Amino acid sequence: MDYTPRELMVVAAAREIRDGEIIFVGMRLPLLGFAVAKEIYAPRAIGIFENGVMRDWPAREAFLTISDPPNVAGSLYCGSVLDVMALLQSGRVDLGFIGGAEVDRFGNLNTHWVEEKGKRIRLPGSGGAADIATMASRCIIIMNHERRRFPPKVHFVTSAGYGNGAHWREQERLSGGGPSRVITSLGIFSFDPVTREMVLSSTHPGVSVEEIQRETGWPLRIQEDLRETDPPSADELAVVRKYDPKGVWTS
Amino acid sequence: MDKLCSLREAITEEIEDGMAVAMGCTLESLIPFAAGYEIIRQKKRDLTLIAPISDIQFDQLIGAGCVRRVIASWVGNVAAGLGHNFRRAAEEGVPYPLEIEEHSNFTVALGLKAAAMGVSFLPTKTVRGSDFSRAEHFRSVTCPFGGEELLAVRSIVPDVAILHVQKSDCEGNAHVWGNLGVAHEAAFAAKKVILSSEEIVTHEHILSDPNRTIIPGFLVCRVIHEPLGSHPSPAQGYARRDDDFYFDYHDLSRSRKGTLSWLEKWVFSVKDHAGYLALLGEERLKGLKPQGDLFSPRVSFNF
Repeated sequence: MDYTPRELMVVAAAREIRDGEIIFVGMRLPLLGFAVAKEIYAPRAIGIFENGVMRDWPAREAFLTISDPPNVAGSLYCGSVLDVMALLQSGRVDLGFIGGAEVDRFGNLNTHWVEEKGKRIRLPGSGGAADIATMASRCIIIMNHERRRFPPKVHFVTSAGYGNGAHWREQERLSGGGPSRVITSLGIFSFDPVTREMVLSSTHPGVSVEEIQRETGWPLRIQEDLRETDPPSADELAVVRKYDPKGVWTS
Repeated sequence: MDKLCSLREAITEEIEDGMAVAMGCTLESLIPFAAGYEIIRQKKRDLTLIAPISDIQFDQLIGAGCVRRVIASWVGNVAAGLGHNFRRAAEEGVPYPLEIEEHSNFTVALGLKAAAMGVSFLPTKTVRGSDFSRAEHFRSVTCPFGGEELLAVRSIVPDVAILHVQKSDCEGNAHVWGNLGVAHEAAFAAKKVILSSEEIVTHEHILSDPNRTIIPGFLVCRVIHEPLGSHPSPAQGYARRDDDFYFDYHDLSRSRKGTLSWLEKWVFSVKDHAGYLALLGEERLKGLKPQGDLFSPRVSFNF
Protein backbone atom coordinates (compact mmCIF):
# COMPACT_ATOMS: atom_id res chain seq x y z
CA MET A 1 0.00 0.00 0.00
CA ASP A 2 1.28 3.48 -0.86
CA TYR A 3 1.94 5.91 1.95
CA THR A 4 3.93 9.11 2.45
CA PRO A 5 6.99 9.44 4.73
CA ARG A 6 4.95 11.68 7.01
CA GLU A 7 2.16 9.12 7.28
CA LEU A 8 4.79 6.65 8.43
CA MET A 9 6.05 9.17 11.02
CA VAL A 10 2.51 9.68 12.34
CA VAL A 11 1.98 5.96 12.69
CA ALA A 12 5.37 5.49 14.38
CA ALA A 13 4.39 8.19 16.89
CA ALA A 14 1.02 6.53 17.51
CA ARG A 15 2.70 3.18 18.31
CA GLU A 16 4.57 4.85 21.19
CA ILE A 17 1.37 5.80 23.02
CA ARG A 18 0.19 3.29 25.63
CA ASP A 19 -3.37 2.92 26.77
CA GLY A 20 -4.38 5.15 29.67
CA GLU A 21 -1.43 7.49 29.33
CA ILE A 22 -1.58 11.27 29.66
CA ILE A 23 0.04 12.77 26.59
CA PHE A 24 1.20 16.31 25.88
CA VAL A 25 0.17 16.38 22.25
CA GLY A 26 0.99 19.51 20.24
CA MET A 27 0.09 20.21 16.60
CA ARG A 28 0.70 18.52 13.27
CA LEU A 29 2.11 14.98 13.21
CA PRO A 30 1.77 14.24 16.96
CA LEU A 31 -1.86 15.36 16.89
CA LEU A 32 -2.55 12.85 14.13
CA GLY A 33 -0.50 10.26 16.02
CA PHE A 34 -2.76 10.81 19.01
CA ALA A 35 -5.79 10.21 16.76
CA VAL A 36 -4.37 6.92 15.42
CA ALA A 37 -3.47 5.78 18.94
CA LYS A 38 -6.93 6.62 20.27
CA GLU A 39 -8.72 4.76 17.50
CA ILE A 40 -6.48 1.67 17.51
CA TYR A 41 -4.06 1.23 20.44
CA ALA A 42 -4.90 3.50 23.32
CA PRO A 43 -8.63 4.28 23.59
CA ARG A 44 -8.22 5.54 27.18
CA ALA A 45 -5.32 7.94 26.51
CA ILE A 46 -5.85 11.61 27.37
CA GLY A 47 -4.41 14.37 25.20
CA ILE A 48 -3.47 17.65 26.87
CA PHE A 49 -2.50 20.92 25.21
CA GLU A 50 -0.35 23.73 26.55
CA ASN A 51 -3.17 26.31 26.34
CA GLY A 52 -5.09 24.43 29.05
CA VAL A 53 -7.26 22.12 26.91
CA MET A 54 -7.60 18.41 27.70
CA ARG A 55 -9.33 16.00 25.33
CA ASP A 56 -10.36 12.36 25.61
CA TRP A 57 -10.98 12.19 21.87
CA PRO A 58 -9.26 14.09 19.06
CA ALA A 59 -11.31 16.72 17.25
CA ARG A 60 -12.82 15.44 14.04
CA GLU A 61 -12.40 18.68 12.11
CA ALA A 62 -9.02 19.87 10.83
CA PHE A 63 -7.48 22.98 12.40
CA LEU A 64 -4.15 24.83 12.49
CA THR A 65 -3.55 25.85 16.11
CA ILE A 66 -4.36 24.16 19.41
CA SER A 67 -6.63 27.09 20.42
CA ASP A 68 -8.82 26.87 17.31
CA PRO A 69 -12.54 26.40 18.06
CA PRO A 70 -12.71 22.74 16.88
CA ASN A 71 -10.08 21.76 19.48
CA VAL A 72 -12.03 23.53 22.24
CA ALA A 73 -15.56 22.33 21.41
CA GLY A 74 -16.15 18.89 22.84
CA SER A 75 -13.02 18.99 24.95
CA LEU A 76 -12.90 17.31 28.35
CA TYR A 77 -11.53 20.32 30.21
CA CYS A 78 -10.72 23.92 29.40
CA GLY A 79 -8.37 25.51 31.86
CA SER A 80 -5.12 27.41 32.04
CA VAL A 81 -1.46 26.99 31.17
CA LEU A 82 -0.78 26.59 34.90
CA ASP A 83 -3.27 23.68 35.14
CA VAL A 84 -1.56 21.55 32.51
CA MET A 85 1.96 22.58 33.53
CA ALA A 86 1.11 21.60 37.11
CA LEU A 87 0.30 18.10 35.83
CA LEU A 88 3.70 18.01 34.15
CA GLN A 89 5.58 19.29 37.19
CA SER A 90 3.89 16.85 39.54
CA GLY A 91 5.02 13.95 37.36
CA ARG A 92 1.64 12.96 35.95
CA VAL A 93 2.36 13.43 32.23
CA ASP A 94 3.61 10.18 30.73
CA LEU A 95 4.67 11.36 27.31
CA GLY A 96 5.25 14.56 25.39
CA PHE A 97 5.97 15.18 21.73
CA ILE A 98 8.45 17.91 20.76
CA GLY A 99 10.46 19.00 17.74
CA GLY A 100 12.91 21.69 16.76
CA ALA A 101 15.29 23.20 14.23
CA GLU A 102 18.25 21.13 15.51
CA VAL A 103 18.74 18.00 17.56
CA ASP A 104 22.12 16.65 18.66
CA ARG A 105 23.44 13.18 19.50
CA PHE A 106 22.25 13.46 23.13
CA GLY A 107 18.73 14.54 22.13
CA ASN A 108 19.10 18.21 23.03
CA LEU A 109 16.79 20.43 20.97
CA ASN A 110 17.27 23.97 19.73
CA THR A 111 14.49 26.35 18.74
CA HIS A 112 16.27 29.63 19.65
CA TRP A 113 18.86 30.41 16.98
CA VAL A 114 20.96 28.76 14.31
CA GLU A 115 23.77 29.96 12.08
CA GLU A 116 23.61 29.96 8.31
CA LYS A 117 26.59 31.15 6.26
CA GLY A 118 28.01 32.85 9.35
CA LYS A 119 24.78 34.74 10.01
CA ARG A 120 22.67 34.18 13.09
CA ILE A 121 19.04 33.30 12.39
CA ARG A 122 16.65 33.99 15.23
CA LEU A 123 13.98 31.31 15.77
CA PRO A 124 10.73 31.66 17.77
CA GLY A 125 11.92 30.19 21.13
CA SER A 126 10.72 27.50 23.51
CA GLY A 127 6.95 27.77 23.73
CA GLY A 128 6.08 24.85 25.98
CA ALA A 129 8.77 22.54 24.60
CA ALA A 130 11.36 23.19 27.34
CA ASP A 131 8.73 22.45 29.99
CA ILE A 132 7.84 19.13 28.35
CA ALA A 133 11.51 18.20 27.79
CA THR A 134 12.37 18.90 31.41
CA MET A 135 9.42 17.26 33.15
CA ALA A 136 7.53 14.67 31.06
CA SER A 137 8.20 11.06 32.07
CA ARG A 138 9.39 10.49 28.52
CA CYS A 139 9.63 12.56 25.36
CA ILE A 140 9.49 11.74 21.71
CA ILE A 141 11.30 14.00 19.30
CA ILE A 142 9.90 14.30 15.77
CA MET A 143 12.23 15.73 13.11
CA ASN A 144 12.81 16.01 9.41
CA HIS A 145 16.11 14.23 8.92
CA GLU A 146 18.57 16.67 7.31
CA ARG A 147 22.27 17.07 8.08
CA ARG A 148 21.91 20.73 9.08
CA ARG A 149 19.24 19.70 11.59
CA PHE A 150 21.44 16.95 13.10
CA PRO A 151 24.66 18.67 14.28
CA PRO A 152 26.93 16.92 16.83
CA LYS A 153 26.11 19.71 19.27
CA VAL A 154 23.19 22.15 19.06
CA HIS A 155 23.97 25.89 18.93
CA PHE A 156 21.69 26.49 21.91
CA VAL A 157 19.88 24.12 24.26
CA THR A 158 16.23 25.18 24.30
CA SER A 159 14.82 21.84 25.43
CA ALA A 160 17.23 19.58 27.25
CA GLY A 161 17.71 15.97 26.25
CA TYR A 162 20.60 14.17 27.96
CA GLY A 163 22.94 17.21 28.01
CA ASN A 164 26.44 15.89 27.41
CA GLY A 165 25.38 12.32 28.08
CA ALA A 166 25.54 9.66 30.83
CA HIS A 167 24.26 10.99 34.21
CA TRP A 168 23.83 14.63 33.14
CA ARG A 169 20.06 14.72 33.73
CA GLU A 170 20.43 13.26 37.24
CA GLN A 171 23.25 15.70 38.07
CA GLU A 172 21.18 18.63 36.87
CA ARG A 173 18.16 17.19 38.73
CA LEU A 174 15.78 17.27 35.80
CA SER A 175 12.58 15.62 37.02
CA GLY A 176 11.44 14.01 33.75
CA GLY A 177 12.92 10.95 32.11
CA GLY A 178 14.23 12.55 28.92
CA PRO A 179 13.81 11.57 25.29
CA SER A 180 12.97 7.93 24.61
CA ARG A 181 12.79 8.03 20.81
CA VAL A 182 13.61 10.24 17.87
CA ILE A 183 11.26 9.64 14.94
CA THR A 184 12.67 11.15 11.75
CA SER A 185 11.73 11.15 8.09
CA LEU A 186 14.38 8.42 7.56
CA GLY A 187 14.36 6.19 10.63
CA ILE A 188 13.79 5.76 14.35
CA PHE A 189 16.38 6.20 17.11
CA SER A 190 16.42 5.18 20.75
CA PHE A 191 19.00 6.18 23.40
CA ASP A 192 21.78 4.07 24.92
CA PRO A 193 20.76 3.43 28.56
CA VAL A 194 24.32 4.12 29.81
CA THR A 195 25.92 6.72 27.55
CA ARG A 196 22.55 8.27 26.57
CA GLU A 197 23.72 8.60 23.01
CA MET A 198 21.23 8.39 20.13
CA VAL A 199 21.24 4.89 18.58
CA LEU A 200 19.65 4.04 15.23
CA SER A 201 17.11 1.29 15.92
CA SER A 202 15.17 1.10 12.66
CA THR A 203 15.39 2.40 9.12
CA HIS A 204 12.24 3.30 7.21
CA PRO A 205 11.47 1.03 4.22
CA GLY A 206 13.65 1.94 1.25
CA VAL A 207 16.10 4.02 3.32
CA SER A 208 19.73 2.85 3.69
CA VAL A 209 21.99 3.27 6.70
CA GLU A 210 24.40 5.15 4.40
CA GLU A 211 21.71 7.68 3.55
CA ILE A 212 20.95 8.24 7.24
CA GLN A 213 24.67 8.62 7.97
CA ARG A 214 24.96 11.21 5.19
CA GLU A 215 22.19 13.24 6.80
CA THR A 216 23.58 12.95 10.34
CA GLY A 217 26.38 15.20 11.65
CA TRP A 218 28.16 12.60 13.79
CA PRO A 219 29.28 8.97 13.33
CA LEU A 220 26.09 6.93 13.72
CA ARG A 221 25.71 4.36 16.43
CA ILE A 222 23.61 1.49 15.17
CA GLN A 223 21.65 -1.01 17.24
CA GLU A 224 22.88 -4.60 16.80
CA ASP A 225 19.50 -5.91 15.73
CA LEU A 226 18.76 -2.99 13.39
CA ARG A 227 15.28 -3.44 11.98
CA GLU A 228 13.17 -1.99 9.23
CA THR A 229 10.31 0.21 10.49
CA ASP A 230 7.00 -1.61 10.04
CA PRO A 231 5.08 0.18 7.30
CA PRO A 232 1.66 1.59 8.21
CA SER A 233 -1.11 -1.00 8.26
CA ALA A 234 -4.31 -0.41 6.31
CA ASP A 235 -6.13 0.33 9.59
CA GLU A 236 -3.51 2.86 10.66
CA LEU A 237 -3.54 4.61 7.29
CA ALA A 238 -7.33 4.75 7.29
CA VAL A 239 -7.28 6.67 10.57
CA VAL A 240 -4.53 9.06 9.41
CA ARG A 241 -6.59 9.85 6.31
CA LYS A 242 -9.82 10.17 8.27
CA TYR A 243 -8.25 12.94 10.37
CA ASP A 244 -6.17 14.51 7.59
CA PRO A 245 -8.33 13.91 4.49
CA LYS A 246 -6.65 16.63 2.45
CA GLY A 247 -3.12 15.63 3.43
CA VAL A 248 -2.44 19.04 5.01
CA TRP A 249 0.09 17.54 7.43
CA THR A 250 1.00 14.28 5.77
CA SER A 251 1.34 14.89 2.02
CA MET B 1 -19.32 52.56 37.21
CA ASP B 2 -19.68 52.66 33.44
CA LYS B 3 -16.24 52.11 31.89
CA LEU B 4 -17.40 51.87 28.29
CA CYS B 5 -15.37 53.93 25.85
CA SER B 6 -13.86 53.73 22.38
CA LEU B 7 -10.66 51.86 21.71
CA ARG B 8 -9.02 55.11 20.65
CA GLU B 9 -9.89 56.74 23.95
CA ALA B 10 -8.71 53.74 25.99
CA ILE B 11 -5.33 53.49 24.26
CA THR B 12 -4.79 57.27 24.27
CA GLU B 13 -5.50 57.60 27.97
CA GLU B 14 -4.22 54.34 29.45
CA ILE B 15 -1.14 53.39 27.41
CA GLU B 16 2.01 55.47 27.79
CA ASP B 17 5.28 55.03 25.97
CA GLY B 18 7.59 52.66 27.86
CA MET B 19 4.84 50.69 29.61
CA ALA B 20 4.85 46.91 30.13
CA VAL B 21 1.74 45.54 28.41
CA ALA B 22 0.45 41.96 28.64
CA MET B 23 -1.50 41.14 25.47
CA GLY B 24 -2.93 38.02 23.91
CA CYS B 25 -2.68 35.93 27.05
CA THR B 26 -5.03 33.10 26.02
CA LEU B 27 -2.40 31.86 23.50
CA GLU B 28 -3.71 31.57 19.90
CA SER B 29 -7.31 32.62 20.53
CA LEU B 30 -8.94 35.85 21.79
CA ILE B 31 -5.86 37.90 20.90
CA PRO B 32 -6.77 41.61 21.18
CA PHE B 33 -5.69 42.47 17.64
CA ALA B 34 -7.99 45.53 17.37
CA ALA B 35 -6.27 47.01 20.44
CA GLY B 36 -2.86 46.17 18.97
CA TYR B 37 -3.74 47.97 15.73
CA GLU B 38 -4.84 51.05 17.71
CA ILE B 39 -1.51 51.03 19.60
CA ILE B 40 0.26 50.97 16.22
CA ARG B 41 -2.01 53.72 14.86
CA GLN B 42 -1.17 55.93 17.83
CA LYS B 43 2.56 55.23 17.38
CA LYS B 44 3.20 54.20 20.96
CA ARG B 45 6.91 53.54 21.56
CA ASP B 46 9.32 51.56 23.77
CA LEU B 47 6.69 49.12 25.05
CA THR B 48 7.51 45.87 26.80
CA LEU B 49 5.16 43.15 25.56
CA ILE B 50 4.28 40.22 27.81
CA ALA B 51 2.66 36.89 26.87
CA PRO B 52 3.72 33.29 26.25
CA ILE B 53 2.61 33.08 22.60
CA SER B 54 0.57 35.81 20.89
CA ASP B 55 0.75 34.47 17.37
CA ILE B 56 1.50 37.36 14.96
CA GLN B 57 0.48 40.17 17.31
CA PHE B 58 3.98 40.67 18.73
CA ASP B 59 5.52 40.49 15.26
CA GLN B 60 3.14 43.23 14.05
CA LEU B 61 3.86 45.54 16.97
CA ILE B 62 7.62 44.94 16.63
CA GLY B 63 7.49 45.67 12.88
CA ALA B 64 5.54 48.85 13.58
CA GLY B 65 8.32 50.10 15.87
CA CYS B 66 6.26 50.07 19.09
CA VAL B 67 8.39 47.59 21.05
CA ARG B 68 11.68 47.74 22.91
CA ARG B 69 11.43 44.49 24.85
CA VAL B 70 9.45 41.25 24.89
CA ILE B 71 8.88 38.90 27.82
CA ALA B 72 7.75 35.79 25.97
CA SER B 73 8.33 32.12 25.31
CA TRP B 74 7.64 32.12 21.57
CA VAL B 75 7.39 34.88 18.96
CA GLY B 76 6.46 33.99 15.40
CA ASN B 77 3.53 32.97 13.22
CA VAL B 78 2.02 29.81 14.71
CA ALA B 79 0.68 28.19 11.52
CA ALA B 80 3.22 29.65 9.08
CA GLY B 81 6.51 29.58 11.02
CA LEU B 82 9.02 32.32 11.74
CA GLY B 83 8.12 35.91 12.56
CA HIS B 84 9.94 38.02 10.00
CA ASN B 85 9.72 41.29 11.95
CA PHE B 86 10.82 39.59 15.16
CA ARG B 87 13.79 38.22 13.21
CA ARG B 88 14.73 41.60 11.70
CA ALA B 89 14.56 43.30 15.10
CA ALA B 90 16.52 40.55 16.89
CA GLU B 91 19.10 40.03 14.12
CA GLU B 92 19.57 43.52 12.64
CA GLY B 93 17.91 45.96 15.04
CA VAL B 94 15.32 46.88 12.39
CA PRO B 95 13.26 48.98 12.94
CA TYR B 96 14.67 49.05 16.50
CA PRO B 97 16.86 46.72 18.55
CA LEU B 98 14.86 44.27 20.64
CA GLU B 99 15.60 42.97 24.13
CA ILE B 100 14.22 39.49 24.81
CA GLU B 101 13.49 38.09 28.26
CA GLU B 102 13.44 34.39 27.36
CA HIS B 103 10.88 32.13 28.96
CA SER B 104 8.97 28.89 28.55
CA ASN B 105 5.17 28.93 28.63
CA PHE B 106 5.22 27.71 32.22
CA THR B 107 7.69 30.34 33.44
CA VAL B 108 5.67 33.22 31.91
CA ALA B 109 2.62 31.80 33.70
CA LEU B 110 4.57 31.52 36.97
CA GLY B 111 5.99 35.05 36.69
CA LEU B 112 2.50 36.47 36.19
CA LYS B 113 1.04 34.25 38.93
CA ALA B 114 3.74 35.49 41.34
CA ALA B 115 2.74 39.10 40.60
CA ALA B 116 -0.95 38.18 40.88
CA MET B 117 -0.27 36.69 44.33
CA GLY B 118 1.90 39.56 45.48
CA VAL B 119 5.14 37.58 45.87
CA SER B 120 8.45 38.36 44.17
CA PHE B 121 9.02 34.88 42.73
CA LEU B 122 7.60 31.37 42.47
CA PRO B 123 9.69 28.18 42.58
CA THR B 124 9.60 25.53 39.87
CA LYS B 125 11.29 22.41 38.54
CA THR B 126 10.99 23.42 34.91
CA VAL B 127 13.62 24.52 32.32
CA ARG B 128 16.57 23.59 34.56
CA GLY B 129 18.58 22.15 31.71
CA SER B 130 17.77 24.88 29.19
CA ASP B 131 20.43 27.42 28.27
CA PHE B 132 18.02 30.31 28.76
CA SER B 133 17.49 29.31 32.41
CA ARG B 134 20.84 30.99 33.17
CA ALA B 135 19.32 34.44 32.53
CA GLU B 136 18.97 36.89 35.40
CA HIS B 137 15.20 36.47 35.81
CA PHE B 138 15.85 32.91 36.99
CA ARG B 139 17.76 32.07 40.19
CA SER B 140 18.46 28.90 42.06
CA VAL B 141 16.61 28.62 45.36
CA THR B 142 16.71 25.95 48.09
CA CYS B 143 13.50 24.59 49.58
CA PRO B 144 13.57 25.56 53.30
CA PHE B 145 11.66 22.39 54.21
CA GLY B 146 13.26 19.54 52.28
CA GLY B 147 16.43 21.13 50.90
CA GLU B 148 15.44 20.55 47.26
CA GLU B 149 17.08 22.87 44.78
CA LEU B 150 14.50 24.70 42.65
CA LEU B 151 14.45 27.47 40.09
CA ALA B 152 12.96 30.80 41.21
CA VAL B 153 11.06 32.65 38.50
CA ARG B 154 11.02 36.43 39.02
CA SER B 155 7.56 38.01 39.12
CA ILE B 156 6.29 39.72 35.98
CA VAL B 157 4.23 42.84 36.68
CA PRO B 158 2.41 44.33 33.68
CA ASP B 159 1.46 47.99 33.86
CA VAL B 160 -1.57 47.04 31.78
CA ALA B 161 -3.16 43.81 30.60
CA ILE B 162 -5.25 44.05 27.44
CA LEU B 163 -7.61 41.12 26.98
CA HIS B 164 -10.33 40.30 24.49
CA VAL B 165 -13.31 38.52 26.06
CA GLN B 166 -16.62 37.11 24.89
CA LYS B 167 -18.91 38.94 27.31
CA SER B 168 -18.49 41.85 29.66
CA ASP B 169 -20.83 44.16 31.47
CA CYS B 170 -20.12 47.89 31.39
CA GLU B 171 -18.08 47.61 34.60
CA GLY B 172 -15.70 45.03 33.13
CA ASN B 173 -17.01 41.91 34.85
CA ALA B 174 -16.16 39.44 32.13
CA HIS B 175 -17.15 35.94 31.06
CA VAL B 176 -14.53 34.00 29.13
CA TRP B 177 -14.76 30.40 27.93
CA GLY B 178 -12.54 28.07 25.98
CA ASN B 179 -8.81 27.74 26.68
CA LEU B 180 -7.72 30.34 29.23
CA GLY B 181 -3.94 30.33 28.72
CA VAL B 182 -2.56 32.86 31.22
CA ALA B 183 -5.38 35.40 30.83
CA HIS B 184 -6.57 35.07 34.40
CA GLU B 185 -3.04 35.37 35.81
CA ALA B 186 -2.30 38.40 33.58
CA ALA B 187 -5.48 40.20 34.66
CA PHE B 188 -4.71 39.68 38.35
CA ALA B 189 -1.00 40.54 37.91
CA ALA B 190 -1.51 43.82 36.04
CA LYS B 191 -1.88 47.24 37.66
CA LYS B 192 -4.90 47.80 35.41
CA VAL B 193 -6.87 45.90 32.79
CA ILE B 194 -8.39 47.00 29.49
CA LEU B 195 -11.06 44.73 28.02
CA SER B 196 -12.39 44.58 24.50
CA SER B 197 -15.51 42.46 24.31
CA GLU B 198 -17.59 40.69 21.69
CA GLU B 199 -20.77 41.53 23.59
CA ILE B 200 -21.78 43.94 26.32
CA VAL B 201 -24.27 42.24 28.63
CA THR B 202 -26.16 43.30 31.73
CA HIS B 203 -24.70 43.01 35.21
CA GLU B 204 -27.49 40.48 36.02
CA HIS B 205 -26.39 38.35 33.08
CA ILE B 206 -22.86 38.14 34.56
CA LEU B 207 -24.20 37.35 38.05
CA SER B 208 -26.38 34.54 36.67
CA ASP B 209 -23.29 32.47 35.80
CA PRO B 210 -20.49 33.36 38.24
CA ASN B 211 -18.21 30.39 37.48
CA ARG B 212 -17.73 31.81 34.02
CA THR B 213 -16.51 35.16 35.40
CA ILE B 214 -12.76 35.06 34.81
CA ILE B 215 -12.10 38.77 35.37
CA PRO B 216 -13.88 40.72 38.09
CA GLY B 217 -14.66 44.29 37.02
CA PHE B 218 -12.88 45.97 39.94
CA LEU B 219 -9.58 45.10 38.20
CA VAL B 220 -10.71 46.74 34.96
CA CYS B 221 -10.32 50.40 33.98
CA ARG B 222 -11.80 50.42 30.45
CA VAL B 223 -14.32 48.35 28.52
CA ILE B 224 -14.64 48.55 24.75
CA HIS B 225 -17.46 46.97 22.81
CA GLU B 226 -15.50 45.60 19.84
CA PRO B 227 -17.15 42.70 17.98
CA LEU B 228 -14.54 40.68 16.06
CA GLY B 229 -11.88 42.58 17.99
CA SER B 230 -9.75 39.44 18.02
CA HIS B 231 -9.71 39.01 14.23
CA PRO B 232 -7.83 37.13 12.75
CA SER B 233 -7.65 35.01 15.93
CA PRO B 234 -10.73 33.00 16.92
CA ALA B 235 -13.30 33.83 19.59
CA GLN B 236 -15.12 30.65 20.61
CA GLY B 237 -18.80 30.98 19.74
CA TYR B 238 -18.27 34.19 17.74
CA ALA B 239 -15.58 33.77 15.07
CA ARG B 240 -13.41 31.11 13.53
CA ARG B 241 -9.71 31.66 12.86
CA ASP B 242 -8.99 33.52 9.60
CA ASP B 243 -6.12 31.27 8.50
CA ASP B 244 -5.46 33.02 5.19
CA PHE B 245 -4.90 36.34 6.95
CA TYR B 246 -1.93 34.81 8.79
CA PHE B 247 -0.46 33.27 5.64
CA ASP B 248 -0.86 36.55 3.70
CA TYR B 249 0.82 38.46 6.52
CA HIS B 250 3.62 35.90 6.53
CA ASP B 251 4.28 36.34 2.81
CA LEU B 252 4.10 40.12 2.83
CA SER B 253 6.08 40.68 6.04
CA ARG B 254 9.03 38.78 4.57
CA SER B 255 10.50 42.19 3.59
CA ARG B 256 10.59 45.46 5.50
CA LYS B 257 8.88 47.13 2.56
CA GLY B 258 6.12 44.50 2.54
CA THR B 259 5.58 45.00 6.26
CA LEU B 260 5.19 48.74 5.81
CA SER B 261 2.67 48.26 3.00
CA TRP B 262 0.78 45.71 5.14
CA LEU B 263 0.63 48.20 8.03
CA GLU B 264 -0.45 50.98 5.69
CA LYS B 265 -3.29 48.90 4.27
CA TRP B 266 -4.66 47.26 7.41
CA VAL B 267 -3.84 49.82 10.12
CA PHE B 268 -2.96 53.32 8.99
CA SER B 269 -5.37 53.64 6.07
CA VAL B 270 -8.38 52.79 8.25
CA LYS B 271 -9.66 55.02 11.00
CA ASP B 272 -10.70 52.35 13.47
CA HIS B 273 -11.73 48.71 13.80
CA ALA B 274 -15.02 49.30 11.97
CA GLY B 275 -12.95 50.51 9.01
CA TYR B 276 -10.75 47.40 9.26
CA LEU B 277 -13.80 45.13 9.23
CA ALA B 278 -15.21 47.00 6.23
CA LEU B 279 -11.92 46.43 4.45
CA LEU B 280 -12.16 42.68 5.19
CA GLY B 281 -15.58 42.73 3.58
CA GLU B 282 -18.90 41.15 4.44
CA GLU B 283 -18.28 38.00 2.46
CA ARG B 284 -15.07 37.17 4.32
CA LEU B 285 -16.59 37.94 7.72
CA LYS B 286 -19.59 35.75 6.92
CA GLY B 287 -17.22 32.87 6.24
CA LEU B 288 -15.76 33.22 9.74
CA LYS B 289 -19.11 32.94 11.51
CA PRO B 290 -19.51 29.67 13.47
CA GLN B 291 -21.81 27.17 11.79
CA GLY B 292 -24.71 25.71 13.74
CA ASP B 293 -25.32 25.90 17.47
CA LEU B 294 -23.30 24.23 20.20
CA PHE B 295 -24.86 25.51 23.41
CA SER B 296 -23.89 24.26 26.84
CA PRO B 297 -26.80 23.28 29.06
CA ARG B 298 -28.07 25.82 31.58
CA VAL B 299 -27.19 25.07 35.18
CA SER B 300 -29.17 25.89 38.27
CA PHE B 301 -27.88 28.15 41.03
CA ASN B 302 -31.13 27.57 42.88
CA PHE B 303 -31.19 27.37 46.64
